[in-house]
Amino acid sequence: MDLMTILSTVVSTTLIYSAPLIFTSIGGSFSEHSGIVNVGLEGIMVIGAFSSIVFSLFMSKTFGWMTPWIGLFVGGIIGTLFSLIHAVATINWRTDHIISGTVLNLMAPALGIYLTKLIFDGKGQTGFISQPLASSKIPVLSKIPIIGKIFFENTSIVAYIGILVSIFSWWLLKYTRFGLRLRSAGEHPEAADSVGISVYFYRYCGVLISGFLGGIGGAIMAESITLNFSGTTIAGQGFMSLAAMIFGKWNPIGAMGAAAFFGFAQSLAIIGKYIPIIDKIPNYWFTIAPYLITIIVLVAFVGKSQAPAADGSTFIKSK
Amino acid sequence: MKLGRKFSLIAVLMVVGIGLTACGNNQSKSGNKNNSSKDNISAALVTDVGGVDDKSFNQSGWEGLERWGKKNGLKKGVNGYNYAQSNSDADFAPNINKLIQAKYKTIFGTGYKLVSAIKSAAKANPKTNFVIIDDVIKADNVASVTFKDNEAAFLAGVAAAKTTKTKKVGFIGGQRGLVIDRFEAGYRQGVAAVDKSIKVDVKYADSFAKPDVGQALAKAMFNNDEDIIYQASGGTGSGVFSAAKNEIKKKKVWVIGVDRDQEDEGNYSGGNLTLTSTLKGVGTVVEKMATSVQKNKFPGGKVSTYGLKEKGVDLTKGHLSSDALNAVENYRQQIIDGKIKVVERPSQLK
Repeated sequence: MDLMTILSTVVSTTLIYSAPLIFTSIGGSFSEHSGIVNVGLEGIMVIGAFSSIVFSLFMSKTFGWMTPWIGLFVGGIIGTLFSLIHAVATINWRTDHIISGTVLNLMAPALGIYLTKLIFDGKGQTGFISQPLASSKIPVLSKIPIIGKIFFENTSIVAYIGILVSIFSWWLLKYTRFGLRLRSAGEHPEAADSVGISVYFYRYCGVLISGFLGGIGGAIMAESITLNFSGTTIAGQGFMSLAAMIFGKWNPIGAMGAAAFFGFAQSLAIIGKYIPIIDKIPNYWFTIAPYLITIIVLVAFVGKSQAPAADGSTFIKSK
Repeated sequence: MKLGRKFSLIAVLMVVGIGLTACGNNQSKSGNKNNSSKDNISAALVTDVGGVDDKSFNQSGWEGLERWGKKNGLKKGVNGYNYAQSNSDADFAPNINKLIQAKYKTIFGTGYKLVSAIKSAAKANPKTNFVIIDDVIKADNVASVTFKDNEAAFLAGVAAAKTTKTKKVGFIGGQRGLVIDRFEAGYRQGVAAVDKSIKVDVKYADSFAKPDVGQALAKAMFNNDEDIIYQASGGTGSGVFSAAKNEIKKKKVWVIGVDRDQEDEGNYSGGNLTLTSTLKGVGTVVEKMATSVQKNKFPGGKVSTYGLKEKGVDLTKGHLSSDALNAVENYRQQIIDGKIKVVERPSQLK
């Protein structure tokens, strides 16, 4: 492989791998900033993946090339509905957040497989979709010399959308009235309540946004990588997203960066085997490389990660 | 906080309670229906974690058992044929015990993961027949079945070598181990048999359930000018197919499927990119074994190996050119006649 091919392979595999993580980890930061720990991201991703695949299988004739994009939206909507369980359980019923999130994680794969069997005559996995979320070139930008070829040709458009969403989310949380109120519910709910902010409302917003983005994340995984739904479609990406969010210090842009970094480490481990000299290194180094790089970066550069003060607490409105 | 704790405690107790009652029910059900008829030929199958509808290994085994049962006028259930689905490795032993208590005469374990569970069950229940597929157990009441996957993989290698335009082909495996070693070794030997100058790029995803890693590996291989990839990586393989579907818009690439005909996976808007698939006849073997018990010829303590000759493994016609098909048939005959010996481990390759 020549240098250009190596670079463009690294970039495109990084983006494809990290796109699902980017959306889901941004979702996680919304939930946690509102004060609700959401370990149920994995389950939400499963439901998002399942619903988008079912939508695509039944509606691809009607919507043609638009199917995968509408499918992402469908995954997001169903993810939102699914996260409602977590919201009601933790906000109204004051369940332990970890337990409630675990319930989502336990329930989603079983529900997905069960519904698959119900819809597709007892089969354990769905058929393959005909309209995948394929990689493609981005018009105009791909015309830029060198950079265009490395970054914008044969690449994952959703990953770039994810990066834009992370910047928007950061602005939303940091500078808007909505964002400040949402964060106040997660930092000091009693104080927020005392000045008339509805803590319940903002916590609901946080959880439902995480459901929406998590559902999209799962849908991206299914529509661009596995192209069908089965028990192994989502295998740990939700937890990876959770880790990316903490790695990124609960900041949407940080979470996006961490998700992209995970993808980059993974991609390096694969591409490294094609780079002269480096390819002589024993194989197990490549296998442990993603984890090793993550630990080194975490210890050396990231420093202490601080969660929102009231994250994981339940709030009882005083009468 | 306190309230939260209490809730979590209740939740945990409830989950445990549900688990306990479920176990209790099962035991009483199977306990009541004890039956000791003399010509008991009933058979049951314990699946690997894939389940009976994994479109692969386990499904094929279950379909074989169903065929056998229907042929003999048996019903699904006790005294007939049945399966127990394992959702995790921890389910193997309870599933086997459940079937033993229900007095099934023969119990099949599909997959090498079940080895230790079958081994201990066979020791404790000498009167029950056991069959382990894809591994070997030495006991008088256990019949072991292994497949010469390497022979089918050899043919896949021939097909790839005859089809490649770039003289570079890839192999993506799940996890290194005895079983996948056979695929890698056979494939490489097959490619080399046709043309020694063709390079085989071997990579492992280190998991059977990481489609995202599979996709990245495949993408790197395509960018490295490899135009055919043979995947022996279970769920990871779906990523290989999606990478190929992205690539096919720019240039001609192929994927070779594994264990069953993966034609469906290769469909894209402009045609099909599954070149061919290697087949593993778990169903045929299960059917044969069940029949042998019926005739009182259970091959306990023996190892049966199924290769091309016994039609235990095979290669589909797929989209091979007539030239490639001829070469495949030629080599198939040579392997059946014993003129070519296909190695089992990559280290045995010259």
